[in-house]
Amino acid sequence: MSSIGATPPRYRVTVDRELCMLCERCVENCPYGVFRSQDGRLLIDSRRCTACHRCIAMCPRDAIDLRERPVDYRSHPVWTREVREDIYNQAKTGKIILAGMGNAADFPVIFDRMVLDACQVTNPSIDPLREPMELRTYVGKKPSRLEIRRDESGEVELLTRLTPNLQLETPIMIAHMSYGAISRNAQLSLARAAKEVGTYMGTGEGGLHQAIYPYQDRMIVQVASGRFGVDINYLERGAAIEIKIGQGAKPGLGGHLPGEKVDEDVSSTRMIPVGSDAISPSPHHDIYSIEDLKQLVRSLKEATEWKKPVFVKIAAVHNSAAIAAGIARSSADAVVIDGFRGGTGAAPKVFRDHVGIPIEAAIASVDAKLRQQGIRNEVSLIASGGIRESADVAKAIALGADAVYIGTAALVALGCRVCGNCYRGLCPWGIATQREDLVNRLDPEEGSRQAANLLHAWTLELSELMGAAGINSIESLRGNRDRLRGYLLDEGILKVLDVKTVGE
Amino acid sequence: MDGSRIREALAQMKERGSGEGAGYAVYGCYPEYRDCYALHVFFDNIHETKKPVDDLLEQWGRIVHEGQIPTSEQPHLRKIHAPWRYFFKPDPGLMSWSPSPEDDIITYLVMRINTDRNGALVISSGKNMGVFKASGWPEEVADFYRIEEYQGYLWLGHNRYPTNTPGWWGGAHPFSLLGWSVVHNGEITSYGTNQRYIESYGYHCTMYTDTEVVAYLFDLLVRKHGLSEELAVRALAPPFWDEIDRKKEKERELDTAIRLTYGPALMNGPFAIVVARPDMMLGFTDRIKLRPLVAGENGARLYISSEEAAIRRMDPEVGEVSMPRAGSPVIGRVVA
Repeated sequence: MSSIGATPPRYRVTVDRELCMLCERCVENCPYGVFRSQDGRLLIDSRRCTACHRCIAMCPRDAIDLRERPVDYRSHPVWTREVREDIYNQAKTGKIILAGMGNAADFPVIFDRMVLDACQVTNPSIDPLREPMELRTYVGKKPSRLEIRRDESGEVELLTRLTPNLQLETPIMIAHMSYGAISRNAQLSLARAAKEVGTYMGTGEGGLHQAIYPYQDRMIVQVASGRFGVDINYLERGAAIEIKIGQGAKPGLGGHLPGEKVDEDVSSTRMIPVGSDAISPSPHHDIYSIEDLKQLVRSLKEATEWKKPVFVKIAAVHNSAAIAAGIARSSADAVVIDGFRGGTGAAPKVFRDHVGIPIEAAIASVDAKLRQQGIRNEVSLIASGGIRESADVAKAIALGADAVYIGTAALVALGCRVCGNCYRGLCPWGIATQREDLVNRLDPEEGSRQAANLLHAWTLELSELMGAAGINSIESLRGNRDRLRGYLLDEGILKVLDVKTVGE
Repeated sequence: MDGSRIREALAQMKERGSGEGAGYAVYGCYPEYRDCYALHVFFDNIHETKKPVDDLLEQWGRIVHEGQIPTSEQPHLRKIHAPWRYFFKPDPGLMSWSPSPEDDIITYLVMRINTDRNGALVISSGKNMGVFKASGWPEEVADFYRIEEYQGYLWLGHNRYPTNTPGWWGGAHPFSLLGWSVVHNGEITSYGTNQRYIESYGYHCTMYTDTEVVAYLFDLLVRKHGLSEELAVRALAPPFWDEIDRKKEKERELDTAIRLTYGPALMNGPFAIVVARPDMMLGFTDRIKLRPLVAGENGARLYISSEEAAIRRMDPEVGEVSMPRAGSPVIGRVVA
């Protein structure tokens, strides 16, 4: 016991005793132990609650009520509840605070301060129900120009050879979330959805489980600093390879999968002993410069006979534009930029909330820098970190991205309630856990349908937005910042975004 | 052909304009200076804004001849610029590293003068050709420039209903760079993408309108990248993926390569465009033909227009008038 005592409970769970029929579904469903049944009475320990909503979703009588911050501190504009509690926490433990999901600090969302355009009179909008609407996107290296020869008969002959590209039927991909961080059923659900929709998904740094082999032509295999799960079999199975330098939730750091999550299956997929922590170092120990990165890109290509595109993922940081331009010159086929809202299973809170920059600004500056150097179209730009809806996708593309990755949104489609306790391995939705009974709560059949539905729905919305803007092909939206306007954004950020203000 | 018939043809399509912009491009009009680049320039006034242009040109070559473009005052046409023409020979030694030094010097000068915005605007810069345009009805503009006095073998004309920059002479069509001229009906919804793409190759869009980007795209694709005009059109208004997927392997590869390489050049939105160069003229529309375009032939003569009426007005003897498919070009080549 410390002299600090208990802090006020974060949530208060109550049950309407008149509605409750003591079926105990809440008891069964809550892995955190909020509910307990004793002598025909339901006992509630609100302090254990994470607001994951599993009990609420499963209660047949809607008898459960959940309140956030039932008891609050004296309000103070500077000494917020969060600041005070972090101090109590660290005074008690002396440790770094861990957090899940993405940046939760109160920064304005730039996406929400931009609006899209539509046609009126001078050009007709295009009805996607009547006219073709093309969202097909190729991710990979493109030539800067074509060499074409005409033979004696006048036949046109293409001399330029295209390098392998990924063909996406929608510019939305599913982000890298490793087996280990998420469950096999979660990965299976997403992989099936990616295949059905004609897009791709990332393996994360967790290897490729055998159950995913049937979908391997839709998987982008990741090579991160721990090199977990990497061997030639893994590289050859993937549709593309992604080198992960950093991620938006914790730029400058590696990764840490707690030993509790490393069961038999995870251990064999990651190629590490059961129960051991999987710690990915902060830097790649063979990459200390841009030329080292180039060597790794080329070795991976060499190992796979130059048949697979190689992506390089970095966290969006202050100097991303120049870094991306360096990556673009390294034989890499695509640069992935992960903004500071990118989710994670576990990150030090101080990194999650304070390091890195928003994806909107990063896309704009990277796209502009690549254009300045005349190499924009030669490399693909994939944006991730904080894409929550189809409008975000449209805006990201209009700012200059070729495609986006969605992580959290895809998990939400599987039932995730964004409670942010992924690192505890007890996910009641069977997503961020390896506990068999919890994993089994997620049926891959249903999960894949939901994830595919989400991708379909966003794709439809994107088509409508494009049609309304008089655009019938995604490449005409890409980097088309003229079709965006900023609303109450300051002059500095408007300049970075190269977007005019509303009314202009 | 002199300019009288195209004047008549445009007058036939009064519905399509608002009296705030019209223009003509004529090829073959300066045979006596055929080796010089004819720079047509709008000066805000001669005494103040011309000197810097003279100085710049003299740094890069020799002005062989110059003078005011002859005009006749028109009652309803407000003369806000002094149209001037230079016949100019650039010194290729000054850009000797370039494979086409003369063209590159001219492109540089046009971009430089037009971005500086010091009361001078170069509106055409090709050899043995010129653009004549102003704010007014097509007949007024024709009479203002005494267009009937010019002889040419290839003519473009345009009648404008401006929404973006009414009344600004620079905003009237045709837009022109080197030998290229473009007239355009429509609005390019992909302009932001096209503009940023072309600007990464050193072009600068300075006319506040979407049409000039077409001239620069053709210059890049055809002159610099060596594509044929047909393939350039295939890049700007490519077939749909559905169609490409059904093609035979070789053609599919070519079309895929074009779309991947030139995706940012793809032009979206409604348009009918006619592009000319000293040796050819071509017309094409957007991929779903949201603007009309018809073509007619009479012997060696090709007509391309938004309306059949205009063609018949120009040439009552014209043969069959056809409607080209969306995205497919109609190309006429000059036979000497």
